[in-house]
Amino acid sequence: MSDFSFMIDGVEIPACEGQTILEAADAAGIYIPRLCDHEGLRHQGSCRVCTVKANGRSVAACTQPAAPDILVENENAHINKLRRDLVEMLFHEGNHLCPICEASGNCELQAMAYRLDMTEPTQFPYLEPCRALDASHPDIALDTNRCISCGRCIRASQDVDGKGVFGYVGRGIHRRVSVNGDTLADTDAEVTDFAISSEVCPVGCIIRKREGFTTPIGEREFDKALIGHDIEEKRDD
Amino acid sequence: MTELRKARVATASLAGCFGCHMAILDMDERLIDLMSKVEIDRSPLTDFKQFTRRCDIGIIEGGCCNEENVHVLQDFRRNCDVLIALGQCAIMGGLPAMRNAIMHSDAPLRECLEEAFITGRNLTNATHNIPNDPALPLLLDEVYACNEVVEIDHNIPGCAPSGDIIYDTLIKLLAGKFHGFERETIRFD
Repeated sequence: MSDFSFMIDGVEIPACEGQTILEAADAAGIYIPRLCDHEGLRHQGSCRVCTVKANGRSVAACTQPAAPDILVENENAHINKLRRDLVEMLFHEGNHLCPICEASGNCELQAMAYRLDMTEPTQFPYLEPCRALDASHPDIALDTNRCISCGRCIRASQDVDGKGVFGYVGRGIHRRVSVNGDTLADTDAEVTDFAISSEVCPVGCIIRKREGFTTPIGEREFDKALIGHDIEEKRDD
Repeated sequence: MTELRKARVATASLAGCFGCHMAILDMDERLIDLMSKVEIDRSPLTDFKQFTRRCDIGIIEGGCCNEENVHVLQDFRRNCDVLIALGQCAIMGGLPAMRNAIMHSDAPLRECLEEAFITGRNLTNATHNIPNDPALPLLLDEVYACNEVVEIDHNIPGCAPSGDIIYDTLIKLLAGKFHGFERETIRFD
């Protein structure tokens, strides 16, 4: 049952009171690209990849409430360019070397780059930060070179696991995801935590040891289809 | 009426692993079709070390990690109408560019060479010198992607790119009909 409807790119989307634009779009089978948002976690609205134009204003679709009769633009050249710039900057901000990363093929950042046609190098400089690897935990490793600070692990650990293993430290460009202790081994993180599961970290930062490279190339999640195909499949027409 | 000539193609492997050149062979029998349209000039495949004449398409594998890479790349830019960066190393530095990020000190290159030849564990380097023969090309301070050195016209992503994407891109370029890649074919690994 829907309370009202609004339009995304000329398609009428039914929505309920309290739903965000992204939730209503997901239910209707319209994929809005996103990185920091994940089903089952509270919305944060920090990556801005889900930026859409609602009545001409740029808003984060994951946090903006759906409203009756708003006109939302989702897929057009201008918005895709904005999204591609954001994703490119994420690639330039960390050390994202797809050929050596065990998340390659299952990585949402990489899959988003594919979806947004990112093939050219850009004029942004690579920051090439030097970040340490935390392999102290017997079952989990953290390679923060690949972290995009989406905060999904933070919300999963706090809200689902009830632990608070991860948290933000620093401000501005220095804001990083950190662990609640000197190293991961000093926290109460366990490999069975939801925050550690493969669906929470969109990149290859949270690594479950002795698991990498088990799926052959060609059978990994985004080898088969573009990111968002599972949502687009729900569409009626 | 003048006969249509074959397009001239040159290739080079800079700071790469030759995997992208091997990927060219992944076109399999389509190579026969491609060779009816192109001839290979300067390339490791022909072992020509210099250009015999100006080429239509230059294909570069790998980024620039030493002086010689830069000279070869500049020579390709001067002698090719269209320059293609083939694979992630040529596009963004790739694996060799890991040294840009893992060595943060005032003299990262010196630190790297000292560990490799002097201070590293389990070394059997009797002279305890960093190799310094004039015949060795000088290493650059960092590994550079091709587009940081010269202008690149097209980039074919992949590590290594599939034979399909290389063949399709070349055939479309030769026909003047290349307008980017299908999203489904883009891969960074």
